[in-house]
Amino acid sequence: MDSIQPQEFLLLVPEIVLASAGMLLLLTGTLKTSNGYRLCAAISLAALALTAVLLLIQGIPGAPRVILSGMFIVDGYSFFWKLLFLVASAFTVLLSDRFLSDGGYRPAEFYSLILLATTGMLFMASGYSLLSIWISLELMALSSYILAGYFKHQTKSNEAALKYFILGALSSGILVYGISLLYGATGTIQLDELAAALPAALALETGSRLAAAGWLLLAMGLFFKVAAVPFHVWTPDVYEGAPTPVTVFLATASKAASFAILVRIFYQALPALAPDWQWITAAIAVVTMIWGNLAALTQTNVKRMLAYSSVAHAGYVLIGVLAATEDGLWAVLFYLFAYTFITIGTFGTVILLERKEYAGETYSDYAGLAQRSPFLAAMMLVFMLALTGIPPTGGFFGKIYLFAAAVESGWIWVAVVGVLTSAISLFYYIGIGVQMYLKESGDDTPSALHAPGLVGTIAVCAVITVLLGILPEPLVQFAKSSLVGLL
Amino acid sequence: MTVPVSWYLALAAALFGIGILGVLSRRNAITMFLSIELMLNSVNLTIVAFARSFGDRAGDMTAVLDGNVLVLMVIAVAAAEAAVGLALFIAVYRGRRSIDVNRLNLMRW
Repeated sequence: MDSIQPQEFLLLVPEIVLASAGMLLLLTGTLKTSNGYRLCAAISLAALALTAVLLLIQGIPGAPRVILSGMFIVDGYSFFWKLLFLVASAFTVLLSDRFLSDGGYRPAEFYSLILLATTGMLFMASGYSLLSIWISLELMALSSYILAGYFKHQTKSNEAALKYFILGALSSGILVYGISLLYGATGTIQLDELAAALPAALALETGSRLAAAGWLLLAMGLFFKVAAVPFHVWTPDVYEGAPTPVTVFLATASKAASFAILVRIFYQALPALAPDWQWITAAIAVVTMIWGNLAALTQTNVKRMLAYSSVAHAGYVLIGVLAATEDGLWAVLFYLFAYTFITIGTFGTVILLERKEYAGETYSDYAGLAQRSPFLAAMMLVFMLALTGIPPTGGFFGKIYLFAAAVESGWIWVAVVGVLTSAISLFYYIGIGVQMYLKESGDDTPSALHAPGLVGTIAVCAVITVLLGILPEPLVQFAKSSLVGLL
Repeated sequence: MTVPVSWYLALAAALFGIGILGVLSRRNAITMFLSIELMLNSVNLTIVAFARSFGDRAGDMTAVLDGNVLVLMVIAVAAAEAAVGLALFIAVYRGRRSIDVNRLNLMRW
């Protein structure tokens, strides 16, 4: 283990800036005068933009560089995720503005928690030791628990936060027990040393038992974070009860960050166990796709339907993970990138329709939307088509790449389940389209497009969704180039 | 004469099991949370036992330090978790005068 050089901290500047901004914003919250919603949103947007600029100045790293005594890695893979997390957080900030001011909730603490959770995600993307990965995961999770309960006068929000907290803390306990057993089997927690020490440990009887129990517990914790069945029970309640901007944050940035560490741990620390984790992941992926889609069919609340649909989409992404090939991996990156924009757009539309905190969330609230607001209805239709995976949208290519990677690597039956369950998902996604275009609306009050940040976000997401469906190649190239040194 | 590592591991596994049982069977949020704390402490015991055995067997100081730092971090995270959790319990209690999780049933299926 090398000693830490001072210049290594230069590579940490984006994270340091974002963490400082988060803590600074928390301090301004103590000032009595700082109830400026616009000001706090502007500060957090500026901090996110500055972090992104600093990241871009560092540029796309060529060869992976491990710094801080093996705690932190800078490579193309981390660069891709960090950009995605920053964009998703910026959109979350844009979606939050009206929501906070309508409810009269304090903005400084809210945005500060968003920035701190994003800092955790940046460290997750770069984590190279089970210790640094776990700590940054906790930073993200603890911030998310508070965010889920941010509407503290709403019993629904409280309930979501409590359920999220208890189940999240339980899963994190299981995860860290897995880390402790892997540490016992190999004597290290750094990913590459772990990978090197595993074959020798697996040859011993006690070592192999410890390693098997360790990685299974670790995987359970990770599957909980990505909301795969049967570890998904928190998802519907938390997505429904949390303030909708927070739901967006959990469904996009938080889910993508969890996939980022899941892939890195499986591929860089546990290649010796690849046949084992491929089977487990295949089983989980199949159950997740079937259960997520069937449960989504039966929902009447749109946020809850989207929660189950997000569970189902985690199943699709797991198909790319279990393929264990380069094609599978860049398909995962592509899919999560497209899915992030589609989901932000969908929830953005839900937020625009929510009149007061939780109203406007049932299917019937979408009846006749095409007459009341043709723009919103068209946007929502694009997102629903993209979630189903119908061209010309990014969701189509995302699914094609995932299924193709699975077929190439011999997991044909998993891909078949994926295609069949996508067909099931058509029913509930199109259900919203039917409500919007074919049903008559009870009230004719036109939905006012009064929040420019929100409308702009939805439009940008729709444009990106369609663009990815027409021109997927640039993103495919970017995702491919991000994988240098990972495999 | 020293106690073998496997004894520590067995104790830790038992504590971990008790913790899981507690979370699954109790319905008071604070008791559930304390069960989770018990799980985290069993993790600490496991790591410390392993770290000690690495030091005794091979004199591998890097492995020993890795483990000890890990334990300190687990303790710190457990404290942060307690702060967040107890605040959430108070918020829930203010809303409905109870922290029995069976009564948290606004959202079902």
